Amino acid sequence: MIRDHILHRIRTALGRSAGQAVADPPPVRLVLPDVDPEARVRSFTLRLETLAGKVHRVATKEEARALVAAAIEGKTAVASNAPYLAECGIASLPGVESGITGRDRMQERCSAVDVGIGSADYMLADTGTLVMLSSAQEARLVSLLPPAHIAVVPLERMLTGLEELFTLLPRPAELTSSMVLITGPSRTADIEQILVRGVHGPGQITVILVG
Amino acid sequence: MSVEFDRKIHDTLGDANLQLAIYTSTARLKQGRIALVGDEALPDYQELRTQANAIKKHTIENLDHYLEEFERNVVARGGKVVYCKDGTEVSDFILGLAKERGARLIVKSKSMTTEEVDLNERLEHHGLESVETDLGEYIMQLAHEKPYHIVAPALHKTRYDVAELFTRNLHVPNETVIEKQTMLARRVLREKFLAADIGISGANFLVADSGAIVLVENEGNARLTTSAPKIHIAVAGIEKVIPRAQDLAVFLKLLARSATGQLLSVYTSFLAGARRPGEIDGPDEFYVILLDNGRTRLLPDREKRQTLYCIRCGACLNTCPVYRKIGGHSFPWVYSGPIGAILTPQFMGVSHEPGLPFASSLCGACGEVCPVKIDIPKILLDLRSDVKKAEARDGQNRLEKLAFRVFAWLMTHPRLYEMAGRIAASLAPGGDGKWISSVPAPLNLPPVRAWLSQRDLPPPPAQSFREQWRRRQ
Repeated sequence: MIRDHILHRIRTALGRSAGQAVADPPPVRLVLPDVDPEARVRSFTLRLETLAGKVHRVATKEEARALVAAAIEGKTAVASNAPYLAECGIASLPGVESGITGRDRMQERCSAVDVGIGSADYMLADTGTLVMLSSAQEARLVSLLPPAHIAVVPLERMLTGLEELFTLLPRPAELTSSMVLITGPSRTADIEQILVRGVHGPGQITVILVG
Repeated sequence: MSVEFDRKIHDTLGDANLQLAIYTSTARLKQGRIALVGDEALPDYQELRTQANAIKKHTIENLDHYLEEFERNVVARGGKVVYCKDGTEVSDFILGLAKERGARLIVKSKSMTTEEVDLNERLEHHGLESVETDLGEYIMQLAHEKPYHIVAPALHKTRYDVAELFTRNLHVPNETVIEKQTMLARRVLREKFLAADIGISGANFLVADSGAIVLVENEGNARLTTSAPKIHIAVAGIEKVIPRAQDLAVFLKLLARSATGQLLSVYTSFLAGARRPGEIDGPDEFYVILLDNGRTRLLPDREKRQTLYCIRCGACLNTCPVYRKIGGHSFPWVYSGPIGAILTPQFMGVSHEPGLPFASSLCGACGEVCPVKIDIPKILLDLRSDVKKAEARDGQNRLEKLAFRVFAWLMTHPRLYEMAGRIAASLAPGGDGKWISSVPAPLNLPPVRAWLSQRDLPPPPAQSFREQWRRRQ
C-alpha cells in the first residue's frame, strides 16, 4: 500500500520506527498583550479603514438597525441566521431575506443579492479581522458571494489578536468545519501589481460595532 | 549550465520591459515586507522566526508521527486521506473519484504543489475541465505558462498581454483597463464556481491536532473553491504538517508579512472536514491528498532536509539579486529563486540543471529574509559540491580536476609555490601597473580565457608577500 510505503520511507530516512514516541514539541508561543477596550476599537478601526473597509461604532442595537437600513436602501440583501441580527431587528428589515437553511437556496440567493449581512464570532483588534465560524447561524457564503458584506457585532467580541483567539479556541475544529478570518475586502494585484478590490469575494466590507 | 538555462537567462536580460516588470514588482513586495518586520512594526520578529524554525525542525524530524496524527483526525471527522507517490497517482485518484461521482467541471485555487505535478494538464487530458481561479493563475492557464513567481504568478504579464489573452480565449472585446479585466474574470469564474462539481485547493498548513488544512489568500477564490462545490480535495506536500492549531499564531504572523507585506492575508481559512450536521453550506466530501513526489528523498540529510521547512512566501525571490535579473521562467522547474535553486536539484536530481546551485552570488540575503530561517546559502554550497561530485563520477571535467590537483600540490610545497609565483609574475604582460584582462598566447588556454572574460587579475607586485615577510623578520 502506498500509504505504508511512504510512511516506511519517512521512518527509514529519519531513523525512526513505527509508533516510536516523540519528544515534546517546542512549547506553544502565545504572548497575550494587554490592550484596553477603547484602544482595541481604535486599532481595529484603523486597520480595517487602511484596507478600505468601513467601521461604524454605535451605542445601541436600534442604531445598528438604522445604519443597516440606510445602507441597504433600494438594495436586496440576505441576512444570516445569527441570533444577534434578529435581536437587532435586522433580519426583519424590508428587503432582507433571512432564515435560509438549505444550501442550494443559500447559494442561489447569495449569488443574486447586493449585500450579505452577518455577525461574527470574534474580531481581532490588531489586524482589523472578523472571525467567522461556519454553523447553522452563519453560512459561509453570506460573507463571500454578494458584492458587499456588512457585519454587525457586539463590542465584547473584540479580541486583541491571533494569540488571544487561539488561546480561547485551542482547537477550532471541535466547533466547526470552517473558521475563516476576514481581513478587509477581497483584493488582487495580479495584473501589473495594481490593486483591485472585489475580485471574487466582496469588494466592500462594513463592520458595525455595537456597544 | 545547460544551453537552455543560459539561453533563457540571456533572453530575460535582453528584454528591457521584462527587466522593469521584475524589478518593480519584486521591489514593491520587498518594501512591503521590510515595513512590517521592522522593530517598530513587529518587535518579536526574530523570536517568531526562531519559534517557526524550531516547530518545523521538530515536525520534520518526527514527520511520520504527525502525518499519522493528522490522518487520524481527518478520518475521525469523516474525511479521507490519500497518500500519493507522484503526479500520476494524484491524477488517477481524482479521475477515479470524478468518474464515480459523474463530475466534469473542476475549479482550482492556487497551489504550487499541483503545479509540480501538472495536474491541470493531466485532468484535461482525460476530458475534465479544470479551471484555475486565482486571477494570476487563470491568466497563466490561458497563456499555457508556468507561474513566474511563487506568490505573483503573472508578474511578467502586462495589461496588454492580458487583454490579448482574454480576447483570444473568452471572445470578448479588447479591454485594457485593469479594473475591468478583473471584473470580467470575476464574472467568468463566478459561473464556474457555481457550476463546479469538485473544488481542488492546495494547503498552506496541515494541522495535525485538528485534522485541518489552512488556506491563505487575498481574492476569495480559495474560499469559493472549498465552499461552493460538493466535493473538496486538498493537495498538499507531506512536509506541510504542523503539530497544533495554536502554532498558527506564529506562522500566520510571518507568512503574510513575508509574502506580500500584509499583517494578515484577506482570507485565512481553517477547514476541518466536510460540512457538519446543521451547518448550512460547505462540501459534503473532504479529501486530503498527501504528496511525496521526491520529498522523502530530502529527509536523510540532516542539513539539507531544512529545505522542507519552506512555507512558500516568496520573500527570498524578492530579495535575490539573481532572481531579480533572470526572472522566474529562466528556472528549469516550477519553483524559482533561491528556494527553487535548492528545491529543484533535490527533487529532480542535481543533473536536472547543474547550473542551478551556481545561479547565486551567495550574498546571503535569502537566508536573512527567510521567515523559517532556512540556511539557503549553506545548502547552495552543499549542492554545488554535489554537482561537482556527480560530474566527477560521470568522468566530466578531467582537466578541472587535474588543475586543482596541481594547485593543491603547489600549495603544499612552499618552495615550489614561491618559484611558480615568480615565474607567473615574470610572464605577466605589461608591467605598467594596470589590471590584467588577457594573457599572451602560450598561456591563453580556454579555461584561462573564460576566467578572464569575467574578471581581471591584479598586476603582479614588485615583491611577493613571502619576500616582504622575510625582510621584516
